[in-house]
Amino acid sequence: MRSVRQTALDVQNGDASALSVLEESLARIRARNDELNVFLYVDEEGARAAAIALDERVARGENVGALAGVPVALKDNLCQTSIPTTCSSKILEGWRPPYSATVVDRLLLAGAVPVGKTNLDEFAMGSSTENSAFGPTKNPLDTTRVPGGSSGGSAAAVAADMTPLALGSDTGGSIRQPAALCGLIGVKPTYGLVSRYGLIAFASSLDQIGPLTKTVADAAMALEVIAGHDPLDSTSLPEPSPSLVAHVEDGVAGKRVGVVRDLIDGADEEVVAAVGRAVDALKEAGATIVELSVPEFRLGLSAYYLIAPAEASSNLARFDGVRYGLRVNADDVTAMMEATRTAGFGEEVKRRIMLGTYALSAGYYDAYYGQALKVRTLTIDAFRRAYEEVDLLLGATTPSVAFEFGSKTADPMAMYLSDVFTIPSNLSGEPAISIPFGTGEAGLPIGVQLLGPGRSEALLFAGARVLEIADGRP
Amino acid sequence: MPSLRREDVAHVAKLARLTMSEAELDKFTEQLGQVLEHASDINALDLEGVIPTAHPFGLINVVRDDERRASLDHDVVIAMAPDAEDGRFAVPRILGEAP
Repeated sequence: MRSVRQTALDVQNGDASALSVLEESLARIRARNDELNVFLYVDEEGARAAAIALDERVARGENVGALAGVPVALKDNLCQTSIPTTCSSKILEGWRPPYSATVVDRLLLAGAVPVGKTNLDEFAMGSSTENSAFGPTKNPLDTTRVPGGSSGGSAAAVAADMTPLALGSDTGGSIRQPAALCGLIGVKPTYGLVSRYGLIAFASSLDQIGPLTKTVADAAMALEVIAGHDPLDSTSLPEPSPSLVAHVEDGVAGKRVGVVRDLIDGADEEVVAAVGRAVDALKEAGATIVELSVPEFRLGLSAYYLIAPAEASSNLARFDGVRYGLRVNADDVTAMMEATRTAGFGEEVKRRIMLGTYALSAGYYDAYYGQALKVRTLTIDAFRRAYEEVDLLLGATTPSVAFEFGSKTADPMAMYLSDVFTIPSNLSGEPAISIPFGTGEAGLPIGVQLLGPGRSEALLFAGARVLEIADGRP
Repeated sequence: MPSLRREDVAHVAKLARLTMSEAELDKFTEQLGQVLEHASDINALDLEGVIPTAHPFGLINVVRDDERRASLDHDVVIAMAPDAEDGRFAVPRILGEAP
């Protein structure tokens, strides 16, 4: 499949029609969607209409935008007007939002063609896409294994060449972890860089939308389009979208990179070895390597699994059978709400709502939620100290390659541990990117992670590009 | 912290408006207990004087001009409701029968 960059060039120049690009994408979806369960909804009609309109504008000589004719897969927690949006939950089955997320509007304005909605762990809670009410997504590289999660459908769409670009959301690693497990670039931008308007909230102080692609340049192009201030999201940074594509080839000569022991220890040997090779590649490209220990990162997992459920328990209170989605009738309003939520939410969502409600309840608030917010401060301070010494940090994205279905579902804590290296960036609100770097067990991809201070996306892309070249993808 | 008890889980389920079967109560007591036990690492820290973080960049007081602007169409929003009456959301009775 053509890259994002090549597609946009070809469509804008008239060398390929947006419609032919789309038909190729739809054919790939038809060929494997039943097997892989990637898309929950494919908007063939709407996508064709959009592609035809783009081709007409190209024929008239108009510039149709930076993502001209690029088919895009949207994680199904992103609203698109009149397109079913479920969050992979029975509680929203059949719901069609009356508005689009800002990222969807920006994609459309840039000439991209949304083709459909991808599967996820229900309400983005999970690391394998096994928590979807509509069945798991299979990893296109090995269908006995998970694609990661929660943006597993979005990762699988790109890995299976169904679309060259997908959007996901990352609350504790939900873009980077599936990107690593499916051999893709996955970006968790600086908190507030991308508007969350129209992203159905999981944990509002941690959630951030970002791209999944096959190349670094493609991710930079997509992020430039979706980033920038949005008055509809009061947590959006009051700044325009940064220049990213122009910096992809900047290299890392003279940069200092900190290799963080606490983002490597505990990973499988083959993952540790991949990070070691990434260190060599960065050194070769002129970076100075510094070994660092940031023990505060080890506290991140506990803090995250109190803060995220606490925010989720509040955010998900809105699903009460009154204004939209499922209603299970009962004699009085409280019984109706209880029956609706009990029938509509899956087990993991209930687990997190319960955990969050407990952490916020009288008598436990200070000990759990309050303490977790303070640990968040410690994490931010630890990052700040590290960035006084170095420009970027390097570690693993995940402790292992893609794991087999069912291998962690019985033990929530084991599943939560697969987010241990990605969580610190969500707590600090800082950006991080996962880059495929070599393969491990059964030829499956390994992801390494570059982390940077707030608003350092341009530098992250430059570093990621160095690793991409070193991994044999010039 | 004391370990999580089954009656705590039952109480929290009530607060969260979720019905739990006996089997679910057992399972959740065990699983949530494990997560809270993992959290004992931060529980045990002395963080006196550390300022809690709710927003990573400390963004505060975002305001906009006090001007009228378009909102979602009333009919469109009401049409999404499971039940509606006279342009309003309809729900089962809220108050009990008069004694």
